[in-house]
Amino acid sequence: MRDSAGILSVRDLVAAFDTDSGQVTAVDGVSFDLQAGKTLGIVGESGCGKSVTAMSIMRLLPQPAGKILGGRVFYGDEDLASVSDERMHEIRGAEISMIFQEPMTALNPVQRIGKQLSESLLIHEGLSKKDAWDRSIELLQMVGIPSPEVRVSEYPHQLSGGMRQRVVIAIALACNPKIVIADEPTTALDVTVQAQILDLLKSLQDSLGMSVIMITHDLGVIAETCDDVVVMYAGRVAERGPINAIFNQPQHLYTKGLMSSIPRIDSPRKEKLNTIEGSVPSLMNMPVGARFAPRSWHPSIQEYLQSDEFATVRPDLVNIGEDHWVEDCPYVRTF
Amino acid sequence: MENRESKPLLEVENLKVHFPVKEGVFSRAKRYCKAVDDVSFSIMPGETLGLVGESGCGKSTLGKAICRLLKPTSGRVRFDGQNIELMGKSELRPLRRDMQIIFQDPAESLNSRHTIGEILEEPFVIQKIGNAIERRQKVKGLLDKVGLPQSSTEKYPFEFSGGQRQRIGIARAISLEPKLIICDEPVSALDVSVQSQILNLLMDLQEEMNISYLFIAHDLSVVRVISDRVGVMYLGKFVELADGEELFRNPVHEYTKALISAIPDPRPGISKKRTVLRGDVPSPIDPPPGCYFARRSPIEVSEEIASTPGEYKEIGEGHWVEVHPATVDNYKELSAL
Repeated sequence: MRDSAGILSVRDLVAAFDTDSGQVTAVDGVSFDLQAGKTLGIVGESGCGKSVTAMSIMRLLPQPAGKILGGRVFYGDEDLASVSDERMHEIRGAEISMIFQEPMTALNPVQRIGKQLSESLLIHEGLSKKDAWDRSIELLQMVGIPSPEVRVSEYPHQLSGGMRQRVVIAIALACNPKIVIADEPTTALDVTVQAQILDLLKSLQDSLGMSVIMITHDLGVIAETCDDVVVMYAGRVAERGPINAIFNQPQHLYTKGLMSSIPRIDSPRKEKLNTIEGSVPSLMNMPVGARFAPRSWHPSIQEYLQSDEFATVRPDLVNIGEDHWVEDCPYVRTF
Repeated sequence: MENRESKPLLEVENLKVHFPVKEGVFSRAKRYCKAVDDVSFSIMPGETLGLVGESGCGKSTLGKAICRLLKPTSGRVRFDGQNIELMGKSELRPLRRDMQIIFQDPAESLNSRHTIGEILEEPFVIQKIGNAIERRQKVKGLLDKVGLPQSSTEKYPFEFSGGQRQRIGIARAISLEPKLIICDEPVSALDVSVQSQILNLLMDLQEEMNISYLFIAHDLSVVRVISDRVGVMYLGKFVELADGEELFRNPVHEYTKALISAIPDPRPGISKKRTVLRGDVPSPIDPPPGCYFARRSPIEVSEEIASTPGEYKEIGEGHWVEVHPATVDNYKELSAL
């Protein structure tokens, strides 16, 4: 049953990995909606499960270690978590595609740019080799690569980092997908190039009308590009909602802590930054209760940490405003 | 720079680091990669000089040349009254106490087969300071200073998180009470919540021990918070150097403006005017003649003008800029200074 009109709705997604020391749940009951034509940001620190969430939606978890243990990923009338591999193959690249962080690893170093761009066109659109090649040149032009008819026959190493990321974007957009998942698309790039790539993504989204999931650890990137935000912490959603609500009235202490610990371009010099004490709990040893609790600065946090509730009850998300949801545990919320 | 009377701790003059690029059958170096190309600046005791620039601009090479992990091609490095650019290994050893470096990836800069106790004791052993018991006492003191538990001495680097490993790197760097620490991207591998902990620690230690930092980073907001003065590097050269507040409030060089305007603002709905640069950073191997930045600047100039070099000059008190028709929007005014 779907309960939202988004183009993609993730419900209670659970994904885990088998490791030598047992099963590790990297994503533990994550839900959110991506609205058509909008950009949804997923933000969180390393290991919070944001990339695993993306990989689960694409059904690209490393095999055989990774698996989806539960939950649904509604796309139209289908549940991507349970459709056949064949059907997923049709969807992937054609309707939902992905932009990866490292353009050097995402591209095949021994194939010409044009061949890599043509691949999905040959598979999904059934174009002839000649047409696919011509379309590749158009795509390179679209992502702002100068002299595309020359670049199309070059190899990835002949391009700069920013150019390579443009190629990766061109590949992702080759078949006019409805949804693009961008996993840290600008993290490996310098700031000036990052600005170029973010502008490019924005203008392509406006002209092509796709929906975007933007995964990043950079709150600045989120603020500049997203309509809605999911804040993840230790495999769960701490808080989610419209961008303005999350940035201007953060309700979860983690969101608040994250916002106040980033140095800003206008923050006073040589003044101490706010910090979140402690560190993320180990994936092998996650509490059942609110996972942020051990780092919380709520005045009665010790009571909660010693309570049965913390040991046994997992807090749900509660709606506190227009589509603004926060973990339902008073000890990790603003007080 | 509060103390104008005191002498600089570090003075760098016309420093160049060129790497030969070997090609052909006889591996003769025909071309040079000019990683650091004629750089001059100084750092006062207790001061932090931030150094920003994009990858490949030579900022790490500059850091390594200053603490003599690399030999400069030419120029001077005067540290605490001594010229160190030509010193040999044994001459440098006593100086190593006063000059330390912290690297970006703490995991790679710590020996994975040594315990934290051994890692932190090593500088004392090399510099022949104290006996075993005294050294162990000192290690405990260091752990306290950087906020790690005493039990850490028996553990190995892999048992720590990234932030904790950076604390170990910092403990090692401050162990001999240095006067200068080169911090090469010390927080760029860390998550934001940990990054702020480490920045605060570095600021605390500076206050306590009066250490000078050369703080190298590509993240301008980080550099802004920690630095007294900030230098901007582009393709091996300084293009602007000024008091931090001044640089961020009144950037003069078009490249500095572009860098500042490119930082994503963590406040939604604020639309900024962005200075967008053309193309990519040119290669430091045989860079184009004249002003390196001219061909990317939003101020377009003819090829003839681009081929003439700019002039790096002081345009206000302590505010240095590369002045060229393509790099500043009030060229006439500034070039007349």
